[in-house]
Amino acid sequence: MSSSMEQLYQQVILDHAKHPHGRGLGVAPGGLLSAESHQVNPTCGDEVTLQVDVDGTGVVRDVRWEGQGCSISQASVSVLHDLVVDQPLGTVDGLGATFRALMQTKGAGLDDEAAEDALGDANAFTGVGKFSARVKCALLGWVALNDALIKTGAAHPGSSAHAPTAATTAQENA
Amino acid sequence: MTSTIETPHTLSATELAAVRADFPLLERTLRDGRPLVYLDSGATSQKPDVVLDAEQDFYLQRNAAVHRGAHQLAEEATEAFEDARARVARFVGVDDDEIVWTSNATAAINLVAYAMSNATLGRGGEAARRFALAPGDEIVVTEAEHHANLVPWQELAARTGAVLRWIGVDDDGRLLTDQLDEVVGPRTRVIAFTHASNVTGAVTDVGPFVAKARAVGALTVLDACQSVPHLPVDLHELGVDFAAFSGHKMFGPTGVGALYGRRELLAAMPPVTTGGSMVEVVTMDSTTYAPPPQRFEAGTQMVSQAVAMGAAATYLSDIGMEAIAAHEAHLARLLLDAVASVPGVRVIGPTDTANRLATVSFVVDGVHAHDVGQVLDDAGVAVRVGHHCAQPLHRRFGVAATARATAAVYTTDEEIEVFREALSGVRAFFGLEAPASSEGAA
Repeated sequence: MSSSMEQLYQQVILDHAKHPHGRGLGVAPGGLLSAESHQVNPTCGDEVTLQVDVDGTGVVRDVRWEGQGCSISQASVSVLHDLVVDQPLGTVDGLGATFRALMQTKGAGLDDEAAEDALGDANAFTGVGKFSARVKCALLGWVALNDALIKTGAAHPGSSAHAPTAATTAQENA
Repeated sequence: MTSTIETPHTLSATELAAVRADFPLLERTLRDGRPLVYLDSGATSQKPDVVLDAEQDFYLQRNAAVHRGAHQLAEEATEAFEDARARVARFVGVDDDEIVWTSNATAAINLVAYAMSNATLGRGGEAARRFALAPGDEIVVTEAEHHANLVPWQELAARTGAVLRWIGVDDDGRLLTDQLDEVVGPRTRVIAFTHASNVTGAVTDVGPFVAKARAVGALTVLDACQSVPHLPVDLHELGVDFAAFSGHKMFGPTGVGALYGRRELLAAMPPVTTGGSMVEVVTMDSTTYAPPPQRFEAGTQMVSQAVAMGAAATYLSDIGMEAIAAHEAHLARLLLDAVASVPGVRVIGPTDTANRLATVSFVVDGVHAHDVGQVLDDAGVAVRVGHHCAQPLHRRFGVAATARATAAVYTTDEEIEVFREALSGVRAFFGLEAPASSEGAA
């Protein structure tokens, strides 16, 4: 197996794909801003349905999801779940933007210690950037999260999340 | 379909080596210096020198506007363009004026659907009435269709109030031809169906579809994209009314395809795209239209691509479609055996080689098709992954995606062995045990 393959399929990714976190949809608890988003990769049929709950102070209380697809797409939603639950919207927006930036580095990484600390397990996706056809797999859950957050009406003002979401969607539909 | 794909004559090792030498791209290497094993010809084929040369030669020697201008260059360009039409027509057993250039096969099918729409609106006068649909009329397709031969008919139904009905497939992916009696009736106006599935590789027995359509006065539209590059195809003999195929799957360039239409049907059909080059007399009030095929070729055409598609047709004919079909029947057997030899892998489609292409889609238990494709890519093996523009067919088999290996005349036994070896490592790479049962293919 080549080194690019080992970099692509890091053990962290294979573990999350096998034992995903946050999987299973449910009924939104009352008293929170909740919304759901369904996203597909038209080219390969990967899909994810993601539910998010945001409380009155702008903190993401929970993320639940269901999906089918490749190990990259499914592991990415699992890691997303771990990263954003109990985080304020500002932090979540920042994480999404950093992750998207990571995907654009063609496997080189961000060379930014603070960013790497923030991304945690999501750093395992660095190698995905080398395979342009797989970047959209890694981003599928993040697109769903952005969309769901916008639907809650609680999206952080001036969020950096919106424009890249639209760009990604347009690219996938091309 | 006939039994031609079981013809004993196949390519000798020398002939195969000569064919491969015609395709410069097959020599390139990939990441880490791995040789390319191209098993994605069902998506698009590679191109031989003669096709690349034909396109370049047109621009270097003959480039001019066709069907206008009286200078020598314009005459030569027009001759090259029309000669290509004749070559493509001969290749599929029809007359020159029954071939309309389109930008691809999807455009060819849409051309028929929109012509029917226009006829429904009264365009084309009395002659075009046979193409008009009324609410409650029926359009019949199959569950095996590529989206290109499904969505245009869904849209036509939505525009006209017609009802879309369809023929199912059996567990091997073969069309349930028996359902024709039940699904096709007096209100059926069109039967659109594939000649060969781009997913299962199953080749359709066209005869019963044509017979049933004639019995109820319906038009037949054949998606011949997958059959034309791999089997001898004679559209007159098949008796279909329309057929669509693309250049890029038959060793020609992208940007060009063809619509075959029976002469009297094209003559009665109203135009779709209108403008320059497709007219007779234009006044400020009205326009009369050129006879087919020009009536359906508005605007500047993809001349160099058409010329190159003509060269591709000649290239295929020179090898011989019987020999190509025989070689690919052999490759189909090897591909099926390769997949069957790996535990935990299942074919979506027929597992026998009768009336089937060397197009083998499969699922690996516990591993998504995208991940399968990535491991194969790491061994230099290019396959297609996803739903292959046939979501309903995948849904029929309860899967969202498959991996698909497709061979062409330039594919070798050795390449299929590289594929088999790479495939045998997929489940282990993802930490999955070999299943207890010895043979994976169900």
